[in-house]
Amino acid sequence: MSLLHYINAFFSDGAHWHGYDGIPHRLAEHLQYSFTALGIAAAIGLPLGLITGHTGRGGNALALIATAARALPTLGLLVLMFIWLGIGETPVMIPLVALAVPPILVTTYEAVRTADPAPVDAARGMGMGPIAVLFQVELPMALPLILSGVRSATIQVVSTTAIAAYVSLGGLGRYIFDGLYQRNYEIVVGGAALIALLAVAMIGVFYLVERLVVSPGVRLRRR
Amino acid sequence: MIQIESITKRYADGTTAVDDLSLEVPDGSITVLVGPSGCGKTTTLRMINRMIEPTSGRILLDGTDIHSQPVNQLRRSMGYVIQNAGLFQHRTIVDNIGTVPRMLGWDRARARKRSLELMERVGLDLSLAKRYPYQLSGGQQQRVGVARALAADPPVLLMDEPFSAVDPIVRKGLQAELLRIQAELGKTIVFVTHDIDEAIRLGNMIAVLRTGGKLAQFAPPDVLLSDPADAFVEDFLGTDRGVRRLSFFTSAGLELTRGPIVGVDAGAEQIAERAAGEAPFLLVTDNDGKPLGWVAAKDALGGGLRHLELLSHGRPFTFGDESLRDALDCAVLSPTGWAVAVDDSGRVVGVASQETIGNAIRAAHAGRPGAARVAKAAR
Repeated sequence: MSLLHYINAFFSDGAHWHGYDGIPHRLAEHLQYSFTALGIAAAIGLPLGLITGHTGRGGNALALIATAARALPTLGLLVLMFIWLGIGETPVMIPLVALAVPPILVTTYEAVRTADPAPVDAARGMGMGPIAVLFQVELPMALPLILSGVRSATIQVVSTTAIAAYVSLGGLGRYIFDGLYQRNYEIVVGGAALIALLAVAMIGVFYLVERLVVSPGVRLRRR
Repeated sequence: MIQIESITKRYADGTTAVDDLSLEVPDGSITVLVGPSGCGKTTTLRMINRMIEPTSGRILLDGTDIHSQPVNQLRRSMGYVIQNAGLFQHRTIVDNIGTVPRMLGWDRARARKRSLELMERVGLDLSLAKRYPYQLSGGQQQRVGVARALAADPPVLLMDEPFSAVDPIVRKGLQAELLRIQAELGKTIVFVTHDIDEAIRLGNMIAVLRTGGKLAQFAPPDVLLSDPADAFVEDFLGTDRGVRRLSFFTSAGLELTRGPIVGVDAGAEQIAERAAGEAPFLLVTDNDGKPLGWVAAKDALGGGLRHLELLSHGRPFTFGDESLRDALDCAVLSPTGWAVAVDDSGRVVGVASQETIGNAIRAAHAGRPGAARVAKAAR
């Protein structure tokens, strides 16, 4: 049986579309884990990146932390946290947040730090306060780059959230781990395809978000 | 009036950017800070709106220390224009211009109305209002920069090399525009440039700074050209400052003659009468009085000027409006050595020989301080 057959069989089986182990419920769980982790990561990465980028201080320390966080093996961290904290969402959130913070933090820092200095100088010279300079000048200009950082974090987290199933939680990873255990490759391939699809869908979502929140003056200029 | 009282800016590494500089910037005129790179001109400008704080000395605005009010309030009372304009890429042109009015709490409609008014004032087409900066040329962006600085009608305008990033033709247009706006608004402008020609063109007063942040000379442009304080200033002014200084003398005092002027349909008798005058050439004008070209007096005697081949009359100068430098330039470039003077509508009001222009130059010099100094030295 080919891959396409597996996929076809998985999606056309009506049993996979409802119930506790159905696609809608697993998808909802998957998105819930992913977005919780991303929300926490953004709450850490965005303000830190904005402040360090705006002041231009702490860049070295930041790069060090980011590199260290990237070096953490996600699965290893998951198992470690699971053993330490027991069953629950927290041991899953920690490795996912550790995965998502570096791209958000580093690109936000770089985006603000490398923003064109001329408009910032003009804004200060016109009597704009530091908070206004950050939110009305630096942030709007840095937004495309910041969004690209959040986007790559999102894609990584959405793909990696599958590991939640490894420690007995739900999400689309359930199909992969259960399928492997039951040697039911239809479910394994179907689950993997769903996760891949979700990651691709995120690219589309971010395209729309960028159209919505980035000023045409910044968005179109970069083309 | 802005009084700069012996300010010094010394950095932690020991370099001195500005060294004990004192200046009085008069109200309602353009004061240019000019000098080579590293002379502290930009540092001086940025100390006026406290973007940089001096190490010692103080700056007074209308008699009160600039530190006596909150820094952002001070900055909002001074327009600030920088190189490359520094526009906000994410805001439309109207919103860019309306930045300071909005900060001052104007409502959106009022700020917008004011922005459109300013776009007209700086010569920007109103169709650009909803565009973003990246859609504008460098020259247009710089006009937006000037409009943005003028938006809240501040009495003071600080301009830091605003025109140095655009090409020479656009720069000339922007300079002319600034002079026109200044004639209307009468702001107190401090203008930084490294270009001495720009300084002479724009400045009512010019402060020449030398490397290390010391004031070399503070004088009106024509005095600077006639009386450079020392070898540094003289060198910085460059060559032909004598000719350049003629820009400050009006052509209104020139003694023009109408002697060699004939209409294109003039009869043989009239031509003979004109040809008998001092000039070896006659200037032929059309029936409207506009110049057509020169013809050698002896060739014209037969009449029938319409069928003769004429020498180009070159560029005429506008009598009274343009300077002695323009008149001299016209004479030098004319194939006959005579300059053609026209009125605002382009009709010939007279012609002048190089000799006549030379006399006018000598007369003009006699009435100027530079000439007085030379006369004293001769005695």
